[in-house]
Amino acid sequence: MDYALQQAINALQLGSIYALIALGYSLVYGVLGMINFAHGDVFMLGAFACFVLVMWIPLPLVVVLPAVMVITGLAGMLIERVAYRPLRRAPKVSAIITALGCGLVIANAVNSLSPYSQSMPRLLEDETHTLFGEVKVSSLQILITGVAVGLMVGLDFVVRKTRFGMAMRAIAQDRATVALMGVPVNRIIALTFGIGASLGGAAGVLYGLAYPVIAAPMGVLVGWKAFVAAVIGGIGNVRGAMLGGYLIGAVEVTTVAVLPSTYRDLIAYSLLLVILIFKPHGLLGRPVNQKV
Amino acid sequence: MKHLALWSVLLVGLLLTGCGRSAAPAVKIGLNAEITGELSAVGTSSRNAAELLVAEVNAAGGLVVAGKTYPIELIVGDNGGRADQAASTAQRLASQNNVLAMVGPNASACAIPASAIAESLGVTMISPWSTNPKTTVDAVTGAPKAYVFRGCFTDLFQARVLAKFTLDNLKARRVAVLYDVASEAPNGQATLFRRTFEEAGGVVAAFETYTTGDRDFAAQLTKIRAAQPDVIFLPAYYNDVPLITRQARRLGISAPFVGSDTWSTPEIIKLGGEDVEGAYFCNHYSTAIATPEAQKFVADYTAKYGQAPDDVAALTYDSLGLLLKAIQASGRVDDRRAVRDALAAIPAYDGVTGTMRFPVSGGGDPEKSAVILQIRDGKFEWVANAAP
Repeated sequence: MDYALQQAINALQLGSIYALIALGYSLVYGVLGMINFAHGDVFMLGAFACFVLVMWIPLPLVVVLPAVMVITGLAGMLIERVAYRPLRRAPKVSAIITALGCGLVIANAVNSLSPYSQSMPRLLEDETHTLFGEVKVSSLQILITGVAVGLMVGLDFVVRKTRFGMAMRAIAQDRATVALMGVPVNRIIALTFGIGASLGGAAGVLYGLAYPVIAAPMGVLVGWKAFVAAVIGGIGNVRGAMLGGYLIGAVEVTTVAVLPSTYRDLIAYSLLLVILIFKPHGLLGRPVNQKV
Repeated sequence: MKHLALWSVLLVGLLLTGCGRSAAPAVKIGLNAEITGELSAVGTSSRNAAELLVAEVNAAGGLVVAGKTYPIELIVGDNGGRADQAASTAQRLASQNNVLAMVGPNASACAIPASAIAESLGVTMISPWSTNPKTTVDAVTGAPKAYVFRGCFTDLFQARVLAKFTLDNLKARRVAVLYDVASEAPNGQATLFRRTFEEAGGVVAAFETYTTGDRDFAAQLTKIRAAQPDVIFLPAYYNDVPLITRQARRLGISAPFVGSDTWSTPEIIKLGGEDVEGAYFCNHYSTAIATPEAQKFVADYTAKYGQAPDDVAALTYDSLGLLLKAIQASGRVDDRRAVRDALAAIPAYDGVTGTMRFPVSGGGDPEKSAVILQIRDGKFEWVANAAP
């Protein structure tokens, strides 16, 4: 019982981070129909921005987290303006290649500035609380899960209830017509990139606090897993991305908890393949009808 | 007119070769190192030590081979800590840069593919730090590779040393193991440790894995906690170790950690801080028991680079030193085969990391000893000399 509950807490922390990154993929895909493969590296950029900020001026987390979100948000908008907007009418494949290229540029830029791994400073006292028996939860785990859920609920509200969210959803349906209705398409798309990137940046900060060794290649593996999470949940769907993130976290932890850990990725990703066979558009995704 | 052009080309050619002969051409040595990527601290140490030795030899005039003095040219190739790039770097050093012999790669994951290239092209390669048996021994036939050597002990030796230390010194009978299944050296070390530890009468209560790039080990550690080990064996690189130890403490695991030589860069203390305090690991050398030559190396290295040399630096210094000695012994600077034969036959070599020699029975694994260190107050402290 203690064992199962401890593993559930582990899964919650891991899932929160996957979900937060997955949102960035899903948002951009929802609006543009393109996969932003640079997102994993924006996530890494968030962790490094936090590191540099804190080393420069030792500010508390309440200031650092929003500051990093602004920085990565601006970085996301810059990437969109420089690398994606000129290619908006080009074939989708070109945009994907550009995204991969952007990711490599970011990763290698950070790598050349910081070829070594860096140790993330502790921004808060990491106390371990014993819930009961052997079950332990750390203040960091509570913080990560709390901030992640808060950001996701906030985003869900923005997408569903605000004028901006309505414009986003409208662009996703028919970009050309929406432009004729007077919606500033370019600005909305840039903002969408900004929001996606700032969520990735926030995930980078939380990840850096939880796993305090940060390095330039750190975004690759986590980025892929979050991308898988977005696809499983139904890419383009915000709630789907959250569901996918928690699902991957849970499946990974459960496999390790029950089976030898060597089978983790094999079992976890086979299961996800099976889901895709039966639900090709992901759990919450809707089939897209191409208009002729 | 045509003839005139031809003659002038010939003449210039003659003049150029004449010039080349008066100042001896450099002896080219390749260094295949992990300059970028996840193991950049390892590659940087290796390059630093190699450049230090080359600077020393060149400052003294050069390398004396058969009565003539040659400057040494070190050509550094970056393998990015990746297997494919390590092989292509070895290929480039041997074919394009036309080196006489090569040092590196350091990580086994890189050294094994590079060794296949060295073997097929007939270029001597000496890996300073790769401890995996497969680097010097053909995995299919079990025969030693002719052109591949290493400057360090092997994982089998290390596994025996650590199993004995865990049982006799730490009095631990139940051990849990956590390692990176996708990385060559940790994978080999974990498997060999389990075998030798069980043969010596110990119990491996948990044997868990993760994959390169993972940062979350909570699920595996929760499982290890349930197995109640006396000691946790952690053959992992310096990037992973601090994360694992911190997550373990967060889960309330208090068992001491024991690591392998993969721990042995000061980065581990910089990254880990108090999370790695008290842990033990097996290493190639300790500054605490250094000979006068070793003390000189430590002092020179510290003066030049502002930090004490780690074991990769010391082993690179020894590996390149061995190679230069072999070139001198061969009496040739243009014969790759002669260098290989001279290296295999070299008598006891007194290096920074102790005395070593290659076995008379053949093979590229030197006979040498190990030390056990403990991380205490942010320093590597010597605990014991070890032989299984």
